[in-house]
Amino acid sequence: MLRIAFQMLVGDRAKYLTLISGLSFVTLLFVQQGSVFCGLMLRTAKPVEAIGAPIWVCDPTLQAIDDFKPLLDTDLTRIRSVDGVRWAVPLFMRQVQVRLNDGKFQTVRLIGLDNASLVGRPSQMLSGNTESLLLPDSVVIGKAEMERLNNPKVDDTFEINDKLARVVGIADVPRDFLSNPYVYTTYDRALQYSPRQRKQMSYVLVAPQPGLSSQQVVENIKKTTGLSAYTADDLRWLTIWYFMRNTGIPINIGISLLLVFVVGMAIAGQTFYAFALQNERYFGALKAMGTGNFTLVRMIMFQSLFVGVVGYGIGAGAACFIGWMGSGGREKLAFFTPEQLLFISFGVTIVICLLSSLVSIQRVIRLEPAVVFRG
Amino acid sequence: MEHEIAAKLVDVDKNFGLGNTFVKVLKKVNLEIHSGELTLLVGPSGCGKTTLLSVLAGILDTTDGEVNVFGTRVDKLSQAKKTSFRRKNIGFIFQQFNLLPTLTAADNVAIPLLISKVPYREALKKAKYYLEVVGLGDRVTFYPTQLSGGQQQRVAIARALVAEPKLIVCDEPTASLDGETGKIVMEMFRQTALKRDRAIVVVTHDNRIFEYGDRIAEMLDGRIVSIHENKNHK
Repeated sequence: MLRIAFQMLVGDRAKYLTLISGLSFVTLLFVQQGSVFCGLMLRTAKPVEAIGAPIWVCDPTLQAIDDFKPLLDTDLTRIRSVDGVRWAVPLFMRQVQVRLNDGKFQTVRLIGLDNASLVGRPSQMLSGNTESLLLPDSVVIGKAEMERLNNPKVDDTFEINDKLARVVGIADVPRDFLSNPYVYTTYDRALQYSPRQRKQMSYVLVAPQPGLSSQQVVENIKKTTGLSAYTADDLRWLTIWYFMRNTGIPINIGISLLLVFVVGMAIAGQTFYAFALQNERYFGALKAMGTGNFTLVRMIMFQSLFVGVVGYGIGAGAACFIGWMGSGGREKLAFFTPEQLLFISFGVTIVICLLSSLVSIQRVIRLEPAVVFRG
Repeated sequence: MEHEIAAKLVDVDKNFGLGNTFVKVLKKVNLEIHSGELTLLVGPSGCGKTTLLSVLAGILDTTDGEVNVFGTRVDKLSQAKKTSFRRKNIGFIFQQFNLLPTLTAADNVAIPLLISKVPYREALKKAKYYLEVVGLGDRVTFYPTQLSGGQQQRVAIARALVAEPKLIVCDEPTASLDGETGKIVMEMFRQTALKRDRAIVVVTHDNRIFEYGDRIAEMLDGRIVSIHENKNHK
């Protein structure tokens, strides 16, 4: 009877295409909105990935990667003396303004790396090299958002805090939530590039001794120094949750997703209802000929699951295609589609289909087979 | 030659509605349907013919009385058992044909077999055979909209026959057909459907097809008022 159900479904081209296109659109919106949300949230913690240190030590009041209270310089030596610390280096990170050659100003994320080791330097260079940071006035800039600095090339210059900065390299650095260009330099030069404050050191980057886990060393640092310490993963999630709690993004995206769900229910529900109404006579005939309610319910469920799966496939495929298209050009579009989102959107599509098919199921169950004898 | 009793209705009442809408459609109806006979239920519109047919086929519950079909008290069966009973014993022919428009003629005919879980290939083979029987062997892949009214009714007849039921109930089978086509369809129906062990009940108010009935039960105002035997077929 599932064959009959299939033929009843696809034979009515108009309703079939309405259902498929409606559900595809719902899935597309769901995956697209969800991917934008995931993409935005992941971008909040991109600096953690860009620096790439295993352990981050900071002031205990830290709320997110960009919401920190600087440390005293003496904290560095205290951290270096903690058991299990292999090495510890300072990191400077602040939003500062760059004066471009055309006289315009642009905010950048200034990252000051340890003078000697350059720990936290970009791993992939597109031109130049990071060792050149040891030259006077040198900076390495991130490719992402570079256009805001008028697309400088190696040896081009600009000013930061009235001081000369010469580009010695361009690195492949991902975009972050604030979407400001990355400017890497040495720690000491970064202090010169930014207005002087009493405490300057943003973070201390730490690596554990071989054989020790990052988590063990984090606990040692906390216990010994009274400072906060996070593994890279914990700091990422701390930042992501901070943005989840303190911005309207989850609510806005949540409302969008809710509307998508409601619209999906409306489209699918109405079409299924119209389908049941139009086929009432035939369902009645099937009932009269001895088709049980269970078989009819199975037929309707099959129809709804079929359109759900096809609609989901088209919608999810289209959403991924849009994401792929948009993520050309150095990931301008904040778009990340985790597997979990695909599973969730599949579940949502199927729930929409099953819930909306309930309307026709209850109509068919209540249908008197005697309806077929009414002219 | 005496024919076996296929179905027997005893003092059957059927009421609809409550209060102001209350209506007594069947009033103490008594009727015997014989195997090997085509019984016509005739009478004016609203006299209860279709209701009586629905009660006999087990698709409508009685208010009171007994409905005995092939020795089974249909009125006593649960809905699930009635459904199963209809599947095994009763074939239907409807006034509006009720052929699924998205299915080919062969698929439409195969439906009663598919309901009984006969494999599709086997069902289709049998469906094609019955389409041959009703003279539509060259129309198996046609959709209902590609067939004339008479051809659609012949597909419906093939569908009613395919599961080889012992009782076939027809509701106004010629009402949607012109006079000549109606006669051709009834002639063909009588020839192909009527067997010694099968009873056929046809509801009609089309007096042009009265000649095809072996027995004619006339209804008026919810009652059987007369039963005539058609001597031409005896």
